[in-house]
Amino acid sequence: MGTTASQLGKDMLSEYQELTFLTKQEILLAHKRFTELLTKDEKDLPNNRVPMERILTLPELKSNPFRKRICNVFSTSEYKDGGLTFEDFLDLLSAFSDSATLEIKSHYAFRIFDFDDDGTLDCGDLEKLVNCLTGETDDTRLTPEEMRQLINNILEESDIDKDGTVNLSEFQHVISRSPDFVSSFKIVL
Amino acid sequence: MAYSVNISQTDSDSESDFEDMGGSKPGQGTFRFIRESAASTQRCPESLQMDDFRGCTGANREDLPFTASGHMRDETLDTGQRKSLQRHHWSAATLKVLSSMPSRTAGINAVIPKYARDSSQQPQTSSHDSSHHSKPIQADFVQEQMEETSAEEKQLVSNLRGLSVSEAMRKLRATPLSLADKMRVRRLAFRDVDESSFISRNIPCYRRLGVYISRTWSHCLFICLSVLISLQLWHSPMKILSGRFGTGVLSYFLFLRTLLLFNLFLFTINGLFLVFPQAVNPPPRDPHSNNFTGLELLTGTGYLSQSVMFYGFYTNTTLTTIPAAYLFTIAIAFFIICIILVYSMSKSFGRSVQVLKSNRNLAGNIFCIWDFKVSKNTSVRLQSEKISTQLKELMSELTSGEDAKSYTLRLCRLMVHVLAWVTCLISIVLSAMAVHYLSEACITQSPFKDTELVLPAVVSAINLLLPGLFNLCTWVENYDSPSVCVYVSIFRNLMLKVSIIGVLCFRWLGRIAVEPVKHGLQCWENCVGQELYRLLLMDFVFTVLYTFLGEFLWRLFFKQVLKRNRKPVFDIARNVLELIYGQTLTWLGVLFAPLLPAVQILKLFVLFYMKKSSVLLNCQASRQPWRASQMTTLFVFLLFLPSYLGAAVSVIYTIWTIKPSTECGPFRNLTTMFHSGKLWVQQLESSNTLLFWLSKAYDFLVENPLFLFLVNGFFLIVIYVHSQVVDGQRTIVNRLQKQIENEGKDKKFLITNLQALYERSSLVPPNR
Repeated sequence: MGTTASQLGKDMLSEYQELTFLTKQEILLAHKRFTELLTKDEKDLPNNRVPMERILTLPELKSNPFRKRICNVFSTSEYKDGGLTFEDFLDLLSAFSDSATLEIKSHYAFRIFDFDDDGTLDCGDLEKLVNCLTGETDDTRLTPEEMRQLINNILEESDIDKDGTVNLSEFQHVISRSPDFVSSFKIVL
Repeated sequence: MAYSVNISQTDSDSESDFEDMGGSKPGQGTFRFIRESAASTQRCPESLQMDDFRGCTGANREDLPFTASGHMRDETLDTGQRKSLQRHHWSAATLKVLSSMPSRTAGINAVIPKYARDSSQQPQTSSHDSSHHSKPIQADFVQEQMEETSAEEKQLVSNLRGLSVSEAMRKLRATPLSLADKMRVRRLAFRDVDESSFISRNIPCYRRLGVYISRTWSHCLFICLSVLISLQLWHSPMKILSGRFGTGVLSYFLFLRTLLLFNLFLFTINGLFLVFPQAVNPPPRDPHSNNFTGLELLTGTGYLSQSVMFYGFYTNTTLTTIPAAYLFTIAIAFFIICIILVYSMSKSFGRSVQVLKSNRNLAGNIFCIWDFKVSKNTSVRLQSEKISTQLKELMSELTSGEDAKSYTLRLCRLMVHVLAWVTCLISIVLSAMAVHYLSEACITQSPFKDTELVLPAVVSAINLLLPGLFNLCTWVENYDSPSVCVYVSIFRNLMLKVSIIGVLCFRWLGRIAVEPVKHGLQCWENCVGQELYRLLLMDFVFTVLYTFLGEFLWRLFFKQVLKRNRKPVFDIARNVLELIYGQTLTWLGVLFAPLLPAVQILKLFVLFYMKKSSVLLNCQASRQPWRASQMTTLFVFLLFLPSYLGAAVSVIYTIWTIKPSTECGPFRNLTTMFHSGKLWVQQLESSNTLLFWLSKAYDFLVENPLFLFLVNGFFLIVIYVHSQVVDGQRTIVNRLQKQIENEGKDKKFLITNLQALYERSSLVPPNR
């Protein structure tokens, strides 16, 4: 059922189009960009998995601070190494596409921000998130006091059941109040 | 070999009791966590209890939070709980229960089936030295999880089977599963479709028709939507721009594309119903017509004034329906544009303004602040710097609170503000007066021969220079919040443009149209149309000049002369207001020059490529955050309110009250343009009785004030009811939030008591 790298069958194309938010042109473009990442030997194998380092050479992901989390979230690999098959890649593009619903985007955004994969955003996750947002250099990072206060403010606003973490429903509630989310959570090939 | 959780002692403010458990071992999935805890419990139960007992030494065994009365003693209990929680080790069973709470597994439920399947098939490969006791337990647990989630999958499949195929596909597309899982679910759900298709033939006929109609309608709607979505004009340039500059600059180019589509629509309608019929049946040519010279493209006179471009070409001698066609085409086009604008305004207003929002949506801002479209390395770094600055400012504002500024400092700032506002207002008034006197001078002097280009040039120069002055004023004023700064400069710019267009409208409708013969004009509509044409072109020329001088030369100047690498920032607000100004001119001029939208289309097309190359070459991204969706709402609002409504009001005023010129145009011998519509309706009435009744109904209803009063009253009642509903919903939301908070407290209470009970029961056996 996997796709050979050289060609995408017509019925596979229509099935992908029905199950994702991508149009046929976008799927074909994704296929083209994905096969560019494969080496010559891998091109003949069906359903192969491209390791994370090669996926991260894509210009759209190369400088993104969340690139490793994105690969880990969409990867269906047993070894959890972040490698993506073509179908995982389509999942990624579908969630980040123009026509994806707010539900899907907020669901995947939550999983991307959940750095320790425990199903909630606790203080550690929020701290890592803010550090990713503010960058690597020392003068852009927040001081520990600022960080602590920021995390307190975030939890105060978004933690409705006051358990110290933000779960998926609370996250989606916060996101629904921000109109900029849908337009900023987009990656287009 | 006790299972110990590394509880980090955060003595600080955190009122969260459960954060310690979740975040202890980063990088491990919940699944392995649970497996290990389950495995270790089975392996050495006694040692675990012994360790727990040893770990409990610091706890006050008497100070158990369990009270007989059943309700919590709030204050002391919370702190007591917190301290006791931080010292205790949670038992493995508690941890397992906590980690598999529905609120925590909602996000990764979809993933568990695959992991469960994979791990049950292959042996455990963790570094933990698991003995073979652990395998049956973990297989049981895996089985349990698998059964839970495959039950959910079965639920999903049965839900999908109940819907029609297209709806089911839409629902499946919106579920957050991986593509492989979706394909499996789809096969399960639709495996029986072919077998049960014969059942569908037994649907009764009357329902079958309804089903068929609804299916075709949703199919058509879907096709239309997908066609609209795939309107891929300028897709790759926009992607390059958004990759480098982000959503703010992109919104300008999206706005430009929207205006282009409006003009395309206007041009198509005019072309089909107005220009094409008249072009095919042209009026007899004026014998004194001039030859075509190049300058006429700029001034619009001469050859062009006799062409299909302007009002004077149209006549009712060759085609008798042209007057009615002219009137109704323009009216219907304006009406449709009104509906489109109101609809898009309401949609974007609903998106960007939330009725129930709190004052400060910090959490939402943090989660949505990262623009994933930005891909260039320098832009990403710039974005991080921007975010960092914003956060630091916000934090310092929160910690220091309102600055207790000294009295003199506040007075000083007030003086600066007043001075800046006075300067701006005076400059606006002066420029309006200058345009007025210039236009009066042009009218009283020679009849529009030599000084044609002076007025448009002056107007465009004012439009170019004064906003620079306004920007300087806001820079001097040094507003605290950048969004206030943007709003103030937009407001001043808007005032300038409104006053200039107001003065020009007075010139056209108040002076030229009213006494055309006095100014030696045979065809005043042609004159007004040509003036608008010249204004539009001059505006374009000056924009090109500004792009070249303001951005390109500025950058060169800075680089070569001052040796600094500071590029100018692309001023989004100013450029959008320029676009709105051009569109207002187009809408004003459509009545007098039906092909003016075509000119605007060409202008916008060239403007796109010019601005794109200028931005990519010369500008850098702004350091101020730009709230794209609120700004887009504002721009659509500005497009509707001053721009479209102003144009619509002047067009209606012209049609309703002003006498058309007697020597040219399709409304030659009528008192007003609207009169032709009435005449046409009368003509139709005499031939068709249905229209007779329609016009009687129109006279009775629309021109009767009571009917309008009733309709207004009805709409006001609807608005009142809706606002009451919103208030009620706000109250309900507050109550529900309190209830969720109480449920959270209940949860904490139950967990700590369970833990206390477990400890008590585990402490008892060694004593016996």
